[in-house]
Amino acid sequence: MRILTCVKRVPSPGAKIVVTEDGKAVDTNMLGFAVSPHEECAAEEAIQLVEQHGGSSTVMTLGPAEAEEQLRTIMSVGVDEAVLLTTDGSDWDPMATARALTAAVRELEAAGEPFDLILFGNESADSGGYQVGVRVARALGRPIVSGIKGVEIADGEVTARRDTPTGAEVYRLPLPAVLAIKEGINLPRYPTLKGRLGAKKKEVTVMEASREPGGQAMLTLLAPPSQETPTEILGDGAAAASAVVDVLERIGVL
Amino acid sequence: MSDLPSTAKVVVIGAGIVGNSVVKHLAALGWTDIVLVDKGPLPNPGGSTGHASNFLFPVDHNKEMAMLTFDSMAQYEEMGVSTTSGGIEVARTEARMEEFRRRMTSAMTWGIDAELLTPTEVKEKVPFLDESVIVGGFFTPSVSVVDSLQAGTLMRQYAIDKGALTVAPVTEVMDITVADGKVTGVETDKGYMETEHVVIACGVWSPRIAEMAGATIPLTPAVHQMIDVGPIDILQETNTEIAYPIIRDMDTFCYERQTSGSMEVGSYAHRPIFHHPDTIPSIEESRLSPTELPLTQDDFDPQLEQAIELMPLLGDAEMKYGINGLLSLTPDAMPLVGECVEIKNLWSAAAIWIKEGPSTGKTIAEWMTHGYPELDPHASDVARFYTYQRTEEHILDRCAEHFNKTYGIVHPREQWESQRGYRISSFHKRTEALGAVYFEAGGWERPHWYESNEGLLEKYKDQLPAAREHEWDYRWWSPIQNAEHLALRESVAMIDLTAFAIFDFKGAGAVEYMNYMTVNQVDREVGSGIYTPLLTEQGGFRSDLTVLRLGDNHFRVVTGGFDGGRDAYWFNKWLPEDGSVTFEDKTSALTTVGVWGPNARKLVEKVTKDDVSNEGFPYGDVRQYTIGSIPVTMLRISYVGELGWEITCNMEHGLRLWDLLWEAGREFDVTPVGAGVYGTSGRLEKGYRLMGAELESEYNPVEAGLNRPRVKSQDFIGKAAYLKARDEEPAAHMCTLTVENHTSTSGVARHMMGGNEPILTLDGERILDSHGRVSRVTSAGMGPTLGKYLLLAYLPPEYAVEGTDLQVMYQNELFPVKVARVGSKPLFDPDDSRMEQ
Repeated sequence: MRILTCVKRVPSPGAKIVVTEDGKAVDTNMLGFAVSPHEECAAEEAIQLVEQHGGSSTVMTLGPAEAEEQLRTIMSVGVDEAVLLTTDGSDWDPMATARALTAAVRELEAAGEPFDLILFGNESADSGGYQVGVRVARALGRPIVSGIKGVEIADGEVTARRDTPTGAEVYRLPLPAVLAIKEGINLPRYPTLKGRLGAKKKEVTVMEASREPGGQAMLTLLAPPSQETPTEILGDGAAAASAVVDVLERIGVL
Repeated sequence: MSDLPSTAKVVVIGAGIVGNSVVKHLAALGWTDIVLVDKGPLPNPGGSTGHASNFLFPVDHNKEMAMLTFDSMAQYEEMGVSTTSGGIEVARTEARMEEFRRRMTSAMTWGIDAELLTPTEVKEKVPFLDESVIVGGFFTPSVSVVDSLQAGTLMRQYAIDKGALTVAPVTEVMDITVADGKVTGVETDKGYMETEHVVIACGVWSPRIAEMAGATIPLTPAVHQMIDVGPIDILQETNTEIAYPIIRDMDTFCYERQTSGSMEVGSYAHRPIFHHPDTIPSIEESRLSPTELPLTQDDFDPQLEQAIELMPLLGDAEMKYGINGLLSLTPDAMPLVGECVEIKNLWSAAAIWIKEGPSTGKTIAEWMTHGYPELDPHASDVARFYTYQRTEEHILDRCAEHFNKTYGIVHPREQWESQRGYRISSFHKRTEALGAVYFEAGGWERPHWYESNEGLLEKYKDQLPAAREHEWDYRWWSPIQNAEHLALRESVAMIDLTAFAIFDFKGAGAVEYMNYMTVNQVDREVGSGIYTPLLTEQGGFRSDLTVLRLGDNHFRVVTGGFDGGRDAYWFNKWLPEDGSVTFEDKTSALTTVGVWGPNARKLVEKVTKDDVSNEGFPYGDVRQYTIGSIPVTMLRISYVGELGWEITCNMEHGLRLWDLLWEAGREFDVTPVGAGVYGTSGRLEKGYRLMGAELESEYNPVEAGLNRPRVKSQDFIGKAAYLKARDEEPAAHMCTLTVENHTSTSGVARHMMGGNEPILTLDGERILDSHGRVSRVTSAGMGPTLGKYLLLAYLPPEYAVEGTDLQVMYQNELFPVKVARVGSKPLFDPDDSRMEQ
């Protein structure tokens, strides 16, 4: 098995996002960067599949030189190789991103084995376009299913499960295939200390990505108004008990 | 939780370990109408307390820090939030083992159980450690881990239960209002409160809050990295929060501390990473908390290798959590405690870590209640910094320099490398040409010895003590100091004293005011110099300095450069509000040279037409004279026990004054002499006490041997306590001891530093006085004229008997000492005839 996981360097999610004064970027001064959570799960899935079936896994990203940090993070949990497609740091739209990734996949496959499976996160944590995986699959002429929360490989086929509100849809795709993985499929492991140190010593293949003119451009970022969650203090200590019971009855828990 | 009141007696800002401790102890001391506000929610408002490692290692070389930690441990224990885990500092180098021997000595001083371990013994206590990478360990069984958030909750509850406290979480302070230099109120997003006092216990945000009132709290938020690694089977099997001793891997500046099934690894080895109080993210903008910033992993990676080296099992464990945790650093690594110098009733309770939290809260509460705390806050006093030392550049430079020394081996005499050359004496050009080696004194570049005096080593080779053999004892020291001492005693010396802090007081109320500040009578003839202690209300030393009466309503105070900031604060605090006395800091306008030695008069006679005879200018007097065409103030006094003067003139005349004296001194072989003689050997031969060493607020003038036969009729700060002390048998006496044998068990001569080495009985027992104060070396140094190495220490009456044989511990070895003098009578020239001739 040869598996490729594509990830994106995004501002660490989980806190209120501050936009810089010129509205052109997220203020990441105190924020730090991460790999989108869906993609962390995709990388974990790749590692588990290689553990089960043998082979090797590769992680690839398109981004500024600093995105090497995210590649090393992914390598530190067990992905074998990394490819960085460097940009000038500007914002690339999904079309341009997909084109560059497709070109890189072709180049990597030409130089070595083809990828049996290419994994994406279902959507990125910052722009959330849901597009790049589909566009890459389409360009490569390979089947894709998104929203995947279960993967099994057997007899040259991949079986992928997508949960729906009423049950689950199960797809069977011939390999090579592309999947967009959703958080919840697994619990991504943390890097071990040795893993971290090992990843630091590994080579990262750097390829320059070129962007064709046209496509979408980011004009400005707007932070959505913060959502106020109304809070009601029901009381202090034992005195609050009856009010708590009322609420629990009201919402149908009791 | 209640609504914000419109008035309060005191508003404490910040509900971390410090703010909670302050409200508890204020309530305990009877304060009411206390309001505690914090921008964040409770019990963890998001400051440094929330991510602290929460362990306490009690052994510290610094007395104040050791006492604060000791008291905090007791408070945590009393609250039931403390678990004793033990702690082992491990050494990878022989230099560190020598430091451990020093730690054993400090442990003995403070009465803390400790032992040195072999690598195998370390392994017995921590079986998952690879003993082959270490050379030994320093084990402190009483090291503990505390729940600082729970402690905070309990301390708040104490004050609430007393009906003394209103707690206002999620309340942001927008402004502190001030009128006539005094706090008047606090503006918050929930309303305004009038208040008499404000305590800033805001940790890394403190400078920002102080600025609202126009005050400075000189600290910087700095990163301390830590990661959590686990789960680890052997730790999980213990089924408890902490079962193994905490390991400090001292030579890699790293620690490993069990937290249930995981290991927390923390580091002080990474590059210094600072933030600004204004750019710390808000609670909403923080993924974890405002003081738990994303780990910059590259900075931590070198620690990982070292951690795995020491504890191989860490290699396969997962890093679950990692932060760039923010904590507070100050230019000298000590806390910032006390009233802000700029604004009255605005209190700083900042740069305080978990191990000092409860005790410092108590210290501040006592200070606010009684005018001064029980434990001398000398080294923590926020007033200790001069204005230039409160600038951002100074703070960042100094913090960058000491951050990596957090686990470092810091020599007691070690000098700063950064931020030097900011206070330059008028004599600097000359002293530099003479090869002065400068030590910093209150920011000033002060010659400590002169390389140009190297030739004196040959001249005095028969009188000089044997060379120091041990590198540690030799460090930041030169044998030239002893030779300079002998030259001063033989002929005459010039000493740059520009580091003095000098304050002028003028006005109709000056006499009454100055007499209220000082123990000794200052209402003496114009032209008198008065050496006097200043006391706290409790009768301990607040300062020790010289007052010069320069006019009917004009006094000048000359005090040490190290104490200038604290003394300026103290004098200003008590200045009459009616404006009848003015305060002027003349430090930067004046420069002083000391001219001392048997030939001092002959030298000075050559440059002035004014009367310098013993009759015309007796000892202790001050005169406004002329040297050349330079108006000078001459004070006939000596800290080195010789005839001579402190000669002060305007800064711009300084160089000329130096040259005139130097030229006149040629025929007497005048020697430039450094502070090594002035502050140590010259002083110790005369048994003169030093503020911050022998003189602390925990001791009184009777114990220090500085009480005078009579007490003035006027009232003064601490008078009642002073009178009481005079009536009582002192619990201790300041004594001078001589070292009778310097040779260690390895046959090397050792020389104590004066760094709190314990004085022990011949049975090796610590000596405590009836107040529980331990006998320890407060100053140490050679007496080259006496041919003896001298130690100063307080001893209880039963040991304070001349001729008594005792021992001193130094670097974990015992050396015999003898009580040579009880009280202040000097060993050298006991009747002071050399000074008073």
